[in-house]
Amino acid sequence: MLGRMVAIVPAYNESGAIGRVVDEIRDFDPALDVVVVDDASADETAEIAAAHGATVLRLPFNVGIGGAVQTGFRYALEHEYETAVRLDGDGQHDPRELPKLLAPLERGDANLVIGSRFVDPGGSYRPPFARRVGIRVFARLVSVLGGQRVTDTTSGFMALDGVGIALFAEEFPHDYPEVEATLVALRSGLRLAQVQVEMRERETGSSSITFVRSVYYLVKVTLALLVASLRRYRRLEGARR
Amino acid sequence: MTPVRVSIVGVIASILLILVVLELIRGRRLKERYALLWLATGLVLLVLSAWRDGLNTIAGWLGVTSYPPAVLFAVATLFILLVLLHYSTVISKLTDENVELAQRLALLEERVGRLGASEPPAPVD
Repeated sequence: MLGRMVAIVPAYNESGAIGRVVDEIRDFDPALDVVVVDDASADETAEIAAAHGATVLRLPFNVGIGGAVQTGFRYALEHEYETAVRLDGDGQHDPRELPKLLAPLERGDANLVIGSRFVDPGGSYRPPFARRVGIRVFARLVSVLGGQRVTDTTSGFMALDGVGIALFAEEFPHDYPEVEATLVALRSGLRLAQVQVEMRERETGSSSITFVRSVYYLVKVTLALLVASLRRYRRLEGARR
Repeated sequence: MTPVRVSIVGVIASILLILVVLELIRGRRLKERYALLWLATGLVLLVLSAWRDGLNTIAGWLGVTSYPPAVLFAVATLFILLVLLHYSTVISKLTDENVELAQRLALLEERVGRLGASEPPAPVD
């Protein structure tokens, strides 16, 4: 059962891509409400998204990708959506892959479905060596700490049911959130499924990862994972026991 | 033994610290909550500076035999670390609260915008 569905799209300075991203989501399913969370962009991201028919949530100052995404989950919770999907504002996540993400939710098999680039070893995504190692180390770490094998913790492409929305509306890391959020979900007892998806190269803008930031990223996320595995999380109703 | 002059300077400096902190509280430029650690710092340093035998004894316990006033530095450093750590926790809390405020503002603005759009235009005289 999918019920009312919302697409959450965090965007920061994505005026070049956001119009098409919104159009593509609406083309995929006109009944899907598109919510763009504008993380205090300096460009016309918010205006363009609104002109293309999206609901726009404008943050008064930059809070980082995690805080932006969480704003979308809070919107979904407030407006009682039964299903939410989250796609990046730069066009990397192809809405035509959504049926794969939604299938486990529809069957009631999962509370959270992650679009992974590595479920299928023959997938086409071949990141540079360093990034591939980083992705695998985090996947392994989350698998060990969370007690379920996870293949991709950094994709950001995901679909959630109401239980997942409620969890992430309350508890979502603010910077570099994806890896930690996966572990929080597992430790809160969410049923997690992964499906193979293809992602596109970004069309405009540039990736936010530089060398200094990757070191900070590595250290911050590792610390966050260790802390998250020491914390107690409330087991959620509707999740597995 | 602690030189007398060191003790005198220590007492004066601690009293100054306490007076400055009290004045900041009085002028409402510092909340009592954040002043407590500073006052504790001032008081402990005052006691250790004025009570010369005590400082020598404590230095003896810690194995500081050649120059007891080093204990004053150590205690002052420890308290400064405590104050800074406390500030880090305060900043973390403020950061979280700030983000939450921003998120609520974004949600409310969207709602107000929607309500404003559906409202009939105000009558024009």
